[in-house]
Amino acid sequence: MKVALTVAEPSLDARIDPRFGRGAFLLFIDTDDDQWEAYPNESIKSPSGAGVKTAQFVMDHKVGAVISGDFGPNALRALQSAHVPLYLFGKCVTGREAVEKFKAGRLRQVHFPDEGN
Amino acid sequence: MIIAVASGKGGTGKTTIATSLALSLALNASPPLLFLDCDVEAPNAHIFLSPDLTEKQSVDILIPSVLESKCTLCARCSEVCQFNAIAVLGKKVVVFPQLCHGCGSCMLVCPEHAIEEYAHNIGVIERGLTAEGILFARGVLNEGEPMPVPIIRKLKKWIPPQDNQISIIDTSPGASCPVVAAVQDADFLILVTEPTPFGLHDLCAAVQISREMQIPAGVVINRENGDSLELEGYCHHEDLPVLMRVPYEREIAEGIARGQPLITIKSDYQNQFISLFNQIVAALQLKNE
Repeated sequence: MKVALTVAEPSLDARIDPRFGRGAFLLFIDTDDDQWEAYPNESIKSPSGAGVKTAQFVMDHKVGAVISGDFGPNALRALQSAHVPLYLFGKCVTGREAVEKFKAGRLRQVHFPDEGN
Repeated sequence: MIIAVASGKGGTGKTTIATSLALSLALNASPPLLFLDCDVEAPNAHIFLSPDLTEKQSVDILIPSVLESKCTLCARCSEVCQFNAIAVLGKKVVVFPQLCHGCGSCMLVCPEHAIEEYAHNIGVIERGLTAEGILFARGVLNEGEPMPVPIIRKLKKWIPPQDNQISIIDTSPGASCPVVAAVQDADFLILVTEPTPFGLHDLCAAVQISREMQIPAGVVINRENGDSLELEGYCHHEDLPVLMRVPYEREIAEGIARGQPLITIKSDYQNQFISLFNQIVAALQLKNE
């Protein structure tokens, strides 16, 4: 499965970036073979709607899950419309750590307000 | 003549100065003095001027609505949107009304004519007369709405200033879009500040607006407490005239807290406000010569 996460540098061993919409880099990793690629987040230049633009970028890469430190209200609505599961970094420091915990099912999932969780 | 009152920092006394200036000039004004409260996120000039608001108009912006049956998910709408207010997410187009500026670009570029617009109410504009004959108007942005500028623009269009009319515009704090929209077309900018580090810091931002927009400006120092050396130095260095000073006094603070205009609390201020106005007139004459 392809998973997106926000990182501070374009590397799997980089520190995580806790912001979704304005996170520095977006890293996409295939959890089957650990192949990854990272892109600078163009949305950080947006005066408004960075979360929406990042969500669209992530969804254009057809991901099956997104991991970040926090999701703003617009990003949350955008990702909710795309029905993609969202997870939080928790105490993870690096991207690699987050991916390992994700594979082990040890990351907390974000539940949407209207799911009643 | 249009005089706008701005400050950068909030709570320096913009409304105190704007309303008492209006009251000091109202009796001899012909045509009647116009007062616009453009601080639409927190309008409060009515507390000091007590207008009888007799007319009201709704302010709407046009928000896109996508007809899913016609949409081919081509994403032209999201590409053209500068505010990221419309996005193609998977097999769905999602609109974010709070980010939308109502420009209509998405509807124009849609090749399938799949976008319609609907009116979304963001606030109101209101007007009426005060006992002193001031033509008073204000805008009010609905709570939770993020965009004040369309209200300010509509308010200013609603009552275009006449020749020889004195208009006084009270603006919002800060130095961003709503302040720029409010002071646009002003002939003079009164910058109200206070002798604190924040007051000076934000005054600098407001001065930059006046320079960028080429509007001559002067400063009113409010809550003066004998500690204005740095502020005075800045004004001198930037060639900004200090037009008036209001001391830091308990009596004034108590009166303002009761909703009284400064010239009601201390009637001798009327002459100072008239002198303030005369300095502005003189500065503008000098500029036009």
